[in-house]
Amino acid sequence: MGQLFSKKNKEVFSAPLGIDNPVTVQVLGICSALAVTAKLEPAIVMGLSVTVITAFANVVISLLRKTIPNRIRIIVQLVVVAALVTIVSEILKAFAYDVSVQLSVYVGLIITNCILMGRLEAFAMQNGPWESFLDGVGNGLGYAKILVIVAFFRELFGSGTLLGFNILNYEPIRNIGYVNNGLMLMPPMALIIVACIIWYQRARHKELQEESN
Amino acid sequence: MNTNSNSYTIIYASVMVIIVAFLLAFVSSSLKTTQDKNVQLDTKKQILAALNIKNVKDADAEYKKYVKGDMLMNVDGTLTENTGDFATNYEKEAKEQQRLHVFVCEVDGQTKYVVPVYGAGLWGAIWGYVALNEDKDTVYGTYFSHASETPGLGAEIATDHFQNEFVGKKTLENGSITLGVVKNGKVEKPEYQVDGISGGTITSVGVDTMLKACLGSYMSFLTK
Repeated sequence: MGQLFSKKNKEVFSAPLGIDNPVTVQVLGICSALAVTAKLEPAIVMGLSVTVITAFANVVISLLRKTIPNRIRIIVQLVVVAALVTIVSEILKAFAYDVSVQLSVYVGLIITNCILMGRLEAFAMQNGPWESFLDGVGNGLGYAKILVIVAFFRELFGSGTLLGFNILNYEPIRNIGYVNNGLMLMPPMALIIVACIIWYQRARHKELQEESN
Repeated sequence: MNTNSNSYTIIYASVMVIIVAFLLAFVSSSLKTTQDKNVQLDTKKQILAALNIKNVKDADAEYKKYVKGDMLMNVDGTLTENTGDFATNYEKEAKEQQRLHVFVCEVDGQTKYVVPVYGAGLWGAIWGYVALNEDKDTVYGTYFSHASETPGLGAEIATDHFQNEFVGKKTLENGSITLGVVKNGKVEKPEYQVDGISGGTITSVGVDTMLKACLGSYMSFLTK
């Protein structure tokens, strides 16, 4: 067990949650961060789906890494990801139909999420299955974390609700002149919130800042 | 082993594709019945929503309670019981099978008729259900949904705010469908028309066309 949770492995898992976050530092998976974050619930489901798929795709590719012919490795990675995404999408349709309707095309678009291909190519092709699993879970959760933060602000200030529960839509609050901000529900606002998170993170971690000439 | 040789690459790709194909086929066929049931439940929820019965927990039970018959319209406008399975794609039913469904419902002792409507919005399909009172002329309730209209603009057709505008409107004027959507602020016949969505013109026109075309195909039933 000691080896399973060695210092290196802990770092593999925790780095993507913090200073090596896939969205804010590696700048991967931005497109879906804009698309599914207008409400909190689809953002959570999307985050979890990506976590599961990244983790298992990483494990599968890591197990196959020594057999994969170098010339078709991207195709093999893509097939593994596409198969997993299709399975997850089918399972959602069978057991969480409402959510699958809400996510609609975005589940299929997980296939094109850059985080997946990025982690498979950069990590799973060189590392063992256990490390790859941790890396996948870490990156998936790092992505989910940003999605949830963005969705929290967008749903709260855009619709005045959280997870569909009413938070701000009450008479006294309206009477002091507060209205829900429709711009929050538009995709550009997701980009602005992501940018604010990146700003905050870079201000706190000096090592992320590039040297200026 | 040389993993870079041509024959290895070809065999590897073929084996991988066959394994994945079997896996996906297995998953798809083993989950098919559960998925079909979900789609049916969702369709029932939409029919109930047209009857202003929203946020139902047990759609099957509520559907049985309110919907008395899944009927098909004959050419002369009379109705006969649908003996086939509960359909979910009414566009296909109408265009390929020439089966026009009418749901005969009973709400608070009064008969209501629900007819499915379907058409095209700006980006994709739009569809819905229109519930009519016993006179087959006054709208009792509507439900609209869409595949991919713009949130905040065209997608507003799926909101209660838009759907409730139809309640109490008349469908037929001098034997033609007049119920429809016009440009925001351009309502000339308030008895028949509702305001469109500003910024969602193409979707609004889509709803208008959909109502005229689909209700029009029920003309012999509506005028009978």
